[in-house]
Amino acid sequence: MGIVLSELETGQVIGSRTIEVTRADLVRYAGASGDFNPIHWNENFATSVELPGVIAHGMFTMGAAVQMVTDWAGDPAAVIDYQTRFTKPVPVADTTGTDEPGARIEVTGVIGAVDLDNSTVRVDLTVTAAEQKVLGKCQALVRVW
Amino acid sequence: MTINPDLQGRSYPATDSYVVSREKIREFARSVKAASAVHFDVEAATALGYRDLVAPPTFAIIVAQRADAQLVEDPEAGIDFSRVVHTSQRFTHHRPIIAGDELVAELHVDQVRAMGGGAMITTRAEISTIEGEKTATTTSSILVRGEGQ
Repeated sequence: MGIVLSELETGQVIGSRTIEVTRADLVRYAGASGDFNPIHWNENFATSVELPGVIAHGMFTMGAAVQMVTDWAGDPAAVIDYQTRFTKPVPVADTTGTDEPGARIEVTGVIGAVDLDNSTVRVDLTVTAAEQKVLGKCQALVRVW
Repeated sequence: MTINPDLQGRSYPATDSYVVSREKIREFARSVKAASAVHFDVEAATALGYRDLVAPPTFAIIVAQRADAQLVEDPEAGIDFSRVVHTSQRFTHHRPIIAGDELVAELHVDQVRAMGGGAMITTRAEISTIEGEKTATTTSSILVRGEGQ
């Protein structure tokens, strides 16, 4: 897949990207995942449970953030372990009918560890929205064949 | 409502199986903005050595959350779903999930810890094929917020 373990160094940046999110994306994720909790699509419900408004599914953010790693690896199945903590919600504004996203999620990936014996590399992701860290200890373990 | 502390150590056996379809892999991949051709194009997947379309790294959440529902909906558990916050998640893949797999999940309640008026609950779903091949282990922690939390 073009990655040579011995050429990787801890701290090396593998890339950065911005994920634009709309309310429609949350509805699409709800349908695809089966998670229909109304805090992810109904403003009244979200505010009634003391949230700032509709928030993204943590699993949407986790699932979208890892794409940078799978694209870098060249094979999604190379991600053999992936974990995170959900540290802050991602509010998504209602921008229906405009070209603007309701939120922007910024993802940066850095090599966290290289394990030559097991032929794996750990990628640590920094994931923020509105300059707040929204995922903590977000780590993907990639097997390099 | 109080969380039943006796939940710790409990397990829920695998119930209905989940058949992974090509269309669900495509739909889920689009929903997390995944672009890899192995989620969409069978030829691209077989070119990389897979039997069929490959699921994205977090696809197993579909099967894991179905298993979690057994706990959340268990009246003995005392969990108010509207007060549940997902706090952490981990996927360990023993092998990729491929279209055509028929999966089952056994749910284990690994930890229940009282926090204020609520509780932190850690569950683990052991996902395998109906033939018994281990596919993925998923670990989820949820916080059930108590009153005023």
